[in-house]
Amino acid sequence: MQFECCIGTTGFGVYHHPLNLVPLFKQTRYEKMVKLPIYLDYSATTPVDPDVAQAMVPWLTERFGNPASRSHAFGWEAEAAVEKARTDVAALVGADLREIIWTSGATESNNLAIKGAAHFYKDKGRHLITLKTEHKAVLDTVRELERGGFEATYLGVRENGLIDLDAFCAALRPDTSVVSVMLVNNEIGVIQPIGEIGAICREKGIVFHVDAAQATGKVDIDLTKLPVDLMSFSAHKTYGPKGIGALYVRRKPRARLEAQMHGGGHERGLRSGTLPTHQIVGMGEAFRLARENMVSELPRIRALRDRLLAGISCIEATYVNGDMAPEHRVPHNLNVSFAYVEGESLMMSIKDIAVSSGSACTSASLEPSYVLRAIGRDDELAHSSIRFALGRFTTAEEIDYAVEVLQRGVGKLRDLSPLWEMAQAGIDLNTVQWAAR
Amino acid sequence: MTYSNKVLDHYENPRNTGSFEQGEEGVATGMVGAPACGDVMKLQIKVGKDGVIEDARFKTYGCGSAIASSSLVTEWVKGKTLDEALTIKNAQIAEELALPPVKIHCSVLAEDAIRAAVADYKKKHGE
Repeated sequence: MQFECCIGTTGFGVYHHPLNLVPLFKQTRYEKMVKLPIYLDYSATTPVDPDVAQAMVPWLTERFGNPASRSHAFGWEAEAAVEKARTDVAALVGADLREIIWTSGATESNNLAIKGAAHFYKDKGRHLITLKTEHKAVLDTVRELERGGFEATYLGVRENGLIDLDAFCAALRPDTSVVSVMLVNNEIGVIQPIGEIGAICREKGIVFHVDAAQATGKVDIDLTKLPVDLMSFSAHKTYGPKGIGALYVRRKPRARLEAQMHGGGHERGLRSGTLPTHQIVGMGEAFRLARENMVSELPRIRALRDRLLAGISCIEATYVNGDMAPEHRVPHNLNVSFAYVEGESLMMSIKDIAVSSGSACTSASLEPSYVLRAIGRDDELAHSSIRFALGRFTTAEEIDYAVEVLQRGVGKLRDLSPLWEMAQAGIDLNTVQWAAR
Repeated sequence: MTYSNKVLDHYENPRNTGSFEQGEEGVATGMVGAPACGDVMKLQIKVGKDGVIEDARFKTYGCGSAIASSSLVTEWVKGKTLDEALTIKNAQIAEELALPPVKIHCSVLAEDAIRAAVADYKKKHGE
């Protein structure tokens, strides 16, 4: 791929400020003001869109009724709002509104889908298939089922992060009952071919679940065409509030689940619990806005992401993680390893830029990113990785500023890095005997 | 990770960074850690004829607390004899920098770096 090189390498000033006194604005070389810190972690969460927040407020105060109250107007209007939101969520993904079950978020949706289907169909089979690169909400759910007597296959992925369909077919067993594959990976943004996987599952009568938490508003989802039985959604990755999500449960052919939450029989018995009207209204409005904005928003974000990539490409010894082809990756995501510098210290050196790293130092487990390990990156490059996730409110000035501080930060840390010094001296780091503890 | 002001200070203004000229008199090097583990420290000491560490340099690949630990150690070893330098313990480094528990290994690595540098000096000088 060809990228215009060296955006932002000339003429930028050096910003000095006392350590704990971060000015709110800084001047870039483009003479435009950039508000700091800059948020490039939209895959962790997104701000609630102001329109969404506004739509939610009345449902907390004057319109506080319980949607399950059938005996008065307070309940009726709340129920109407919930159903309007259900229609908006269904519309974004080409579903029928009766196929949408409210949950507390994608983690609960994943639990309900995988445990619910595995238990419902346990007499048919007790074997599950998922990917090594799934979110922990899927991996830990499958592990829990293993403890309960189910068997599981955790498929590796190819170097570009995508599933190997031949390996998938080879892993299928007569007793395979549930397959779970995410639509968009949270770390490297790659888009799995769920249409093809679903077609294979459908043919064999296997329940197919898709975690689409990172996908809504980023890729087209049409469940009238996709052979998917269960699909998890989250509001807060798509400019809605935290604490609300949904599970799509196909009606034709019907996917059956065992409820995981018991109580008042809400959501047709699949998920009991009083519906949080304001949260649901927020999710509905967020998904309505996503549907409305996708066409204009995605090209704009893609252009910014490519601008970021072009700037980063000017830094020596950087490696993009995951497939970059437009059809295989969402436009919001860029995941790069900066060789010879460690991710956490790089984040410290770009402290006005909010990003995530696959470095072990950022995780409680002290293990580097399992997703990057699964695509074959060695530990050092996994430790050196940064995930940039752009979004609705990202500007070109923010990207240019980020590129400037990245170039400075990487330069500073490489000056400090014994690995960089050795690499510059022509030493192959793989031949060094490391005195690891 | 929320770091103490001391870690941030060493990270922002690392002391004694760099390397000595190759073959410089009295210089010994300790390199500890591994890239796969996320931290590598290179500590160099320059020992005078009187057996006192006159100067020190470091380069570190690692997180903020690894950089701060090695920066601090270069300050502490200066003016000490080799035996005195060996009395620096990881707990002192961790305490000085107020390292969070998950970062204690950085101070351990810094102590190891001192030991490795001193051992290299003794080996070179037949002790």
